[in-house]
Amino acid sequence: MNQETDFTSLAKSSGEWLRGTGPESDIVISSRIRLARNLADFPFIRRCTDEDRDNIERSVRARMEAMEDWKEIRYIDIEELAEVDRQFLVERQLISREIAEADGSRAVAIDPGEQYSVMINEEDHLRIQVMQSGLDLQTAWARIDALDDKLEGSILYAFHEKYGYLTACPTNVGTGLRVSVMLHLPALVITRQIEKVFRSMQRINVTVRGLYGEGSQYSGDFYQVSNQVTLGHSEQSLLALVGDEVVPQIIQYERKARAFLIEQNQQDLHDDVSRAMGILSTAKKISSEETMHYLSKVRMGVNLGLIGDVALATINKLFIHTQPAHLQKLHGRVLGSSDRNVQRATYLQRHLLGGHGQGELN
Amino acid sequence: MKCQYCEKPATFHITELTEPAGPKIMHLCEEHARGFLQKESDSPVASVTNALAKQLQLGQSKKELAELDQKECPVCGISFFEFRNTGRLGCPYDYSFFETDLIPLLTNIHDAIEHVGKRPRRLAASADSQAEMIQLRREMEEAVELENYERASEIRDELKRMERELSRPAADDPASADEDLSSREGENQS
Ligand SMILES: [Zn+2]
Ligand SMILES: [Zn+2]
Repeated sequence: MNQETDFTSLAKSSGEWLRGTGPESDIVISSRIRLARNLADFPFIRRCTDEDRDNIERSVRARMEAMEDWKEIRYIDIEELAEVDRQFLVERQLISREIAEADGSRAVAIDPGEQYSVMINEEDHLRIQVMQSGLDLQTAWARIDALDDKLEGSILYAFHEKYGYLTACPTNVGTGLRVSVMLHLPALVITRQIEKVFRSMQRINVTVRGLYGEGSQYSGDFYQVSNQVTLGHSEQSLLALVGDEVVPQIIQYERKARAFLIEQNQQDLHDDVSRAMGILSTAKKISSEETMHYLSKVRMGVNLGLIGDVALATINKLFIHTQPAHLQKLHGRVLGSSDRNVQRATYLQRHLLGGHGQGELN
Repeated sequence: MKCQYCEKPATFHITELTEPAGPKIMHLCEEHARGFLQKESDSPVASVTNALAKQLQLGQSKKELAELDQKECPVCGISFFEFRNTGRLGCPYDYSFFETDLIPLLTNIHDAIEHVGKRPRRLAASADSQAEMIQLRREMEEAVELENYERASEIRDELKRMERELSRPAADDPASADEDLSSREGENQS
């Protein structure tokens, strides 16, 4: 199959995790779990020869393709991809920025629902990832655990009796597990409580990070919470720390802040949200940052019942589909930044004014 | 190399593992290193840097560190200096070879040094046999380069034998250990 057509169809669809459903999906966008694994008979990536990397890629691919129940797997050679396609996979959260920008043999295997992805030759030989819509770490864990078992059946992992799964960076050793929950926290941002909430979190072994923008003001109000330690705790206790302790607490703070905003200031809030919707649906050109900023407000408006007629899934998809590489794939050609701003505005208009949410996004 | 902040020689080469920007490298004198590392303890990302900072505070001297920096893994050849510089280890054997030096680091990062989670269902290969396999693989690559295909194929058989012995996949496993890369490597060599 032509890789070009392949990507265009991938661009039009969207991952399961953007469905906008699942527990707490008004605040929790997605739950993600990743496992870092290495082969026992190769050096870690930094010390691999080109030949080692080729061998790892070929061998892992052969073993994965032989696995039952995963026949629909799409296997993508990252080294051969055009820049825009790598960027596309990053926007989609199917690969990391690190593997996109690296050199040498590297690949990713993705299932059609985009729930699983397995990166080969990232910082570790294998980075297995499972994504799930809403706050649902137990389902995500059950899936990744089963996939890990299957891979382990045919791949000899680097494992140490005392230190567990061995990883290139000692910050991942032990379980190799990173649980990340992506939260949408606009009300905590508006009420300026976000800093305080996160400062209180730092003492309990979690990391909080803004999702987009890396320090830019228009962050879209998305934050990712993940576990900091990987050694000395079982997978279940790490899941519980993030999924049962920390995240529910943040959700509660966000709900309180939203209730406060509604109560104190419903008119201002409604005005703010409506203006955001107005700009998104009438602008003739709009930047990616501005889009994030206003989409975030619209998302909150939908959740608070201030805006009807737009589905949460549509908003979730628009966040991804209006990013540079997605726009170019959907448009079918390379666009400069100014053309993208025009294209983005057209795209937003079509999907927000069309109104009824669930429709095919293309 | 001079310290980034003063005229003194840089004796500390610190890699900060900040995501998503990626590793950031700093070259600092001892004094500035201490200052920097102490500030970094606020960083939300658990890192090699943080852990090393605590080791410094616990009084590991410059001389001790300089000696440690020379130490090199016999399997992958990485020096402790390079690890310190990049935050990344070179091979699974490093956890055994640098064990005493890594324990304080692991303690500082994770507040623990013993894995209590999931384990592979089959027996894990020992550190020594993992090391041997990596070394054999390297020898095989060298033999191929020297066009000594006979030797390369001997090593390939040996690797295959070791892996089969170590893995013992369940009988009903669809991807058995026999279907492995060795046969593919064979194709390349002819
Ligand atoms: Zn200095
Ligand atoms: Zn090594």
